[in-house]
Amino acid sequence: MAEYQNLFTSVQPVGPLHDGIELPRGDDKRTGTPFLVHLLGRIGNAQIGPVYLGTLGVASLVFGIAAFNIIGFNMLASVDWNPIQLLRQLFWLALEPPPPAYGLSIPPLAQGGWWLIVGFMLTVSILLWWARTYRRARQLGLGTHVAWAFAAAIWLYLVCGFFRPVLMGSWSEAVPFGIFPHLDWVSALSLRYGNLFYNPFHALSIVFLYGSALLFAMHGATILAVGRYGGEREIEQIVDRGTASERAGLFWRWTMGFNATMESIHRWAWWFAVLCPLVGGIGILLTGTVVDNWYLWSAKHHVVPAYPLVSPVVVDPAILGVKP
Amino acid sequence: MSMLSFERQYRVRGGTLFGGDLFDFWVGPFYVGFFGVTTLFFALSGTMMIMWGAAMGPTWNPWQINIAPPDISYGLRFAPMMEGGLWQLITVCAIGAFVSWALREVEICRKLGMGLHVPVAFGMAILAYVSLQVVRPVLMGAWGHAFPYGIYSHLDWVSNTAYQYLHFHYNPWHMIAVTFFFAATLALSMHGGLVLSATNPGKGQVVKSPEHEDTFFRDLIGYSVGTLGIHRLGLFLALAGVWFGIVCIVVSGPFWTGAWPEWWGWWLNMPIWRT
Repeated sequence: MAEYQNLFTSVQPVGPLHDGIELPRGDDKRTGTPFLVHLLGRIGNAQIGPVYLGTLGVASLVFGIAAFNIIGFNMLASVDWNPIQLLRQLFWLALEPPPPAYGLSIPPLAQGGWWLIVGFMLTVSILLWWARTYRRARQLGLGTHVAWAFAAAIWLYLVCGFFRPVLMGSWSEAVPFGIFPHLDWVSALSLRYGNLFYNPFHALSIVFLYGSALLFAMHGATILAVGRYGGEREIEQIVDRGTASERAGLFWRWTMGFNATMESIHRWAWWFAVLCPLVGGIGILLTGTVVDNWYLWSAKHHVVPAYPLVSPVVVDPAILGVKP
Repeated sequence: MSMLSFERQYRVRGGTLFGGDLFDFWVGPFYVGFFGVTTLFFALSGTMMIMWGAAMGPTWNPWQINIAPPDISYGLRFAPMMEGGLWQLITVCAIGAFVSWALREVEICRKLGMGLHVPVAFGMAILAYVSLQVVRPVLMGAWGHAFPYGIYSHLDWVSNTAYQYLHFHYNPWHMIAVTFFFAATLALSMHGGLVLSATNPGKGQVVKSPEHEDTFFRDLIGYSVGTLGIHRLGLFLALAGVWFGIVCIVVSGPFWTGAWPEWWGWWLNMPIWRT
């Protein structure tokens, strides 16, 4: 029982901190002097910093912080500039998109105009951060896999906040900024369009969400379990297979008859994580634009289960052509 | 064919928890062991009972097949076969198969000289299943509170159960669980992407090192958790998501019967706001 389980690092060697791989000519200097945090070192690297800011990073932060502040001040205005009420009601407060009457036109600031500005700034901030992710990888001579995975998440963000509202012809379809309000939006969307659980793309997206958690549990646990053979040195194991990879692979082969390799498990990982927002975005984009009621759509395609009647029949008003 | 080029030297005897050498062999790529036999028994029995239930039901459409737990009126008693008894036996078989599978993983870990991280992690998933199908129904006093076996029927159960508490997104443990699931997916994409980007840097370029990986994330966000740390972090995020999922559903019903949006009243009514 007292065996080393590889859950925490018990001995932390401390050497000179390094700035990182040399940057190519034309890049800025890195910002900050690196320092150590012992508690972080119990789990992973103890070193924090330095960070590369650069033009893209600074521009992204400026837009992002501006958007964050405008949301905050709108919330503050909604509680009559009372900072205590801002704290008390924070989870309930929102910066809402314009009411449906405005369609895709530009509304007054207090009627969703601020929402439109914030949405624009946040989108600029995110796109700049994407460019930064791409550029940092390129400058270090790495592939751009992280940036393209990030692009999948941006796709879902743009579907919810831009593409679908435009297709529906109204900014009011978009997601409000706020903790509970954005959850209300999710529920309302599901109820309005006949239960999103009956949207097959939503189902697939959840499969990939849970699948990602499952894969990371499997992969993380496997690597920790072969830590005593140097399993976490994955790049080395990929180019020159060692006993850690062999044992890790055989574990799954003997368990379920199939195994990934040290490289291919990361391809599985990347695809599972990327497909989650990718198919989720497709599902949201089709909701209300192509399909009005997922329950009726599913009934038409014979996937809705039939249950024995235990209560009086209630007819779905949507079947009678009632529009909400 | 079923053996990899390096596999033979790893196929050694020993490491079993039960049965000694009796079941210590492989079939194709699969390790058997005593718990392989029990897994097969439970999995086959359960699958055949699902088939039986489907045969007695109104449809063979795989999306619509539904094997429901007993009616609430049966409480925690045994129900007749076609009124939930089948569901009860299938649940027993499922738990038997899951636990057997975990123990078989333990034997394989011992054989390969590996830590027990995978079976322990799988234990969290088994705990989630048992919590939904046994712990919560027992706390609520009826098997009828468990979810039915069916592709779309179990989604209906989730939907119906959630709306019994008006708006499940306001369940704070549900919020935490969803956050961990999203975080696990985010971290997985970053880890998978990073390793692929270091080993596939593009035509004509050399494979990069962990120093490049660390530098990339330090440049980007000021911190890189490192090659060992990311696996600890990923395992934690995934297990924490499942754990808070367990909490959020076991709390709903046995310990909180109101609407989840109302739960937050305590925050709004704290005495510190009265100034």
